Amino acid sequence: MSQDHIDQAISREYAAGFISDIESDTIPPGLDEGVIRFISAKKGEPEWLLEWRLEAYRGWLQMSEPEWAHVQYPPVDLAEVSFYSSPKSMEDGPKSLDEVDPDLLAMYEKLGIPLHEQEMLAGVAVDAVFDSVSVATTFRSKLAEAGVIFCPISEAVHSHPELVRKYLGSVVPRRDNYYAALNSAVFSDGSFVYIPKGVRCPMELSTYFRINEAKTGQFERTLIIADEASHVSYLEGCTAPMRDENQLHAAVVELVALDGAQIKYSTVQNWYPGDAQGKGGIYNFVTKRGVAHRDSKISWTQVETGSAVTWKYPSCILRGDNSVGEFYSVALTNNYQQADTGTKMIHLGKNTRSTIISKGISAGKSSNAYRGLVRMSPKANGARNYTQCDSLLIGDRCAAHTFPYIESRNPSAVIEHEATTSKVSDDQLYLCQQRGLDAEKAVSMIVNGFCKEVFKELPMEFAVEAGKLLEVSLEGSVG
Amino acid sequence: MLTIENLHASVDGTDILKGLNLSVKPGEVHAIMGPNGSGKSTLGHVLAGRPGYTVTAGSATFLGQNLLELDTEQRARLGLFLAFQYPVEIPGVSNMEFLKAAVDAQREQRGEKPIDAVTFMKTARENCKAVDLDPAFLKRGVNEGFSGGEKKRNELLQMMMLQPRLGILDETDSGLDIDALQVVARGVNAMRSPDRAFVMVTHYQRLLDFIEPDFVHVLAGGRIVRSGDKSLALELEARGYAWLEEEVA
Repeated sequence: MSQDHIDQAISREYAAGFISDIESDTIPPGLDEGVIRFISAKKGEPEWLLEWRLEAYRGWLQMSEPEWAHVQYPPVDLAEVSFYSSPKSMEDGPKSLDEVDPDLLAMYEKLGIPLHEQEMLAGVAVDAVFDSVSVATTFRSKLAEAGVIFCPISEAVHSHPELVRKYLGSVVPRRDNYYAALNSAVFSDGSFVYIPKGVRCPMELSTYFRINEAKTGQFERTLIIADEASHVSYLEGCTAPMRDENQLHAAVVELVALDGAQIKYSTVQNWYPGDAQGKGGIYNFVTKRGVAHRDSKISWTQVETGSAVTWKYPSCILRGDNSVGEFYSVALTNNYQQADTGTKMIHLGKNTRSTIISKGISAGKSSNAYRGLVRMSPKANGARNYTQCDSLLIGDRCAAHTFPYIESRNPSAVIEHEATTSKVSDDQLYLCQQRGLDAEKAVSMIVNGFCKEVFKELPMEFAVEAGKLLEVSLEGSVG
Repeated sequence: MLTIENLHASVDGTDILKGLNLSVKPGEVHAIMGPNGSGKSTLGHVLAGRPGYTVTAGSATFLGQNLLELDTEQRARLGLFLAFQYPVEIPGVSNMEFLKAAVDAQREQRGEKPIDAVTFMKTARENCKAVDLDPAFLKRGVNEGFSGGEKKRNELLQMMMLQPRLGILDETDSGLDIDALQVVARGVNAMRSPDRAFVMVTHYQRLLDFIEPDFVHVLAGGRIVRSGDKSLALELEARGYAWLEEEVA
């Protein structure tokens, strides 16, 4: 590694702009206006953003936690949650892989993650981390050439305030729901993306290469704006499981596809699901939504295997005529995991089209629910939706539920809904085993076959990883 | 190759096999015939290690190993193949992917590297041709939407890919028209070799016109009650099973 790279890497910390005259790095648990002022000041935010946060907080105070989802969990005690922790420095992390949880390492091994990436994921303070920083730097300069802005949202607040101010909360209003309001009040950091008019983003944007990734924390906020006739593909997450001490995660993602733009947003979510007895694990309460203007397209693809409790409905508001919304989802639950996930397709414009392909897999004692809304507004002449919702059960102690909501106020709209529930049968397993495959390999093969329609929507290398991830996540589900 | 002594087995608490003896040597083809409910299919599943089939007494040795101690997949990897009477569908898993995984599982057992894609595809296409299946079937889900005859030919395709030491055909002839039957017979005959054996479970003498057995056994009441050469099959065709059952009783 050259001295240049090291210098760049070091200087970047300062470039991020964490300049503040507040000495203390931590605040006591609990939430009040003072905490929000502290967070905002800590980030050196402009006055308008502080006001924006406070307004969200005041709204949140009047709301209560939603209880309609098909999940059960002990209530989160927000008085115990710490709403700000400073970015951790490398010295706080483990010094080497020897200090990292062996279970976690075993999983990395199974997923075939190279050693230096294992160290990075586990937060080990090593030089290897600098490699990824230099890769990221190369990426950044290439993006800058195309005029693409890809940076932490905390940075965009300063460097592109007009864009942030115009679009933040424009898709998911501050008072949209309990967790979105909470996120709006206390969001930590996240990605900001802007693709200029007519630009096709020269590469897949991945959170993996985002600088300042460390400690974006539990209240992540992402805003992606694709200007007219632009294209972008964004990858969120990582197949490798990331440890996180924060139990509650409440992220908000907003997508804006202006006329003729296309946004493809792919997620692989593998937060810690808790142990085999159902202890621990992340609560993932996410609000993801996109607005599609005329002739634009928003496509959500998600592979959800982690978290103890998932509550997530990536949605599309098809506002412009001829706009297209897509949702491709694989949600796998094992052991005691619970997932209530699906999408909303709100058809406002004429000739809007949406496709929903949802594959739910339940194993162990888990519960997996699909919840989807298709709404055809009175003005959505000629709108169409196709929904296919398949559930696969492994074993006889798990559950699958489907809650489709269809509201059509336009007689010319066409809505198709297909749903199936099937089981990995003993006969299928027997056939595979008689051909020499062990039971776990057989199950993962059957499950991968079941998910094929969704996997083909993922970027190539992601699809391969996703298949492997399902295999690892299903371990112990048979026999 | 396969030695079965005094085998007793039950399914869901019902005794089906009641003291079965059978010895199969390399290169031999054995036909097992018998009336409905005599335990013919059970024998195949017990040897293959189907869950729920419990051996209550007796022994079975395959290639010098105690077969009954091995897991289902271990038996398969040793070279025991069962062609199913009712092959199940596995939607979304392509035939190609399935076959390759099966071939590689056997190779792994022998300490070999996974088969390279080119060799695999070449062999798979040739075998498709041999069993008169369009190679397009390789890309379809395992048995997904296949007709009865196509499923049976797909079983044969799997057997040709895996080249087992012992092939057990469980009523592979049932539901086949005469052309398909000849295709299956041709495939099996081509695989006959001095170090491979076949056990064919069948209801009808018809199959034996095309695949000539060295031995014919009659299974009744969970035991082999009569063994002979292929003339026994002809006698059964003429007289039915009732006289044998009476004789045994």
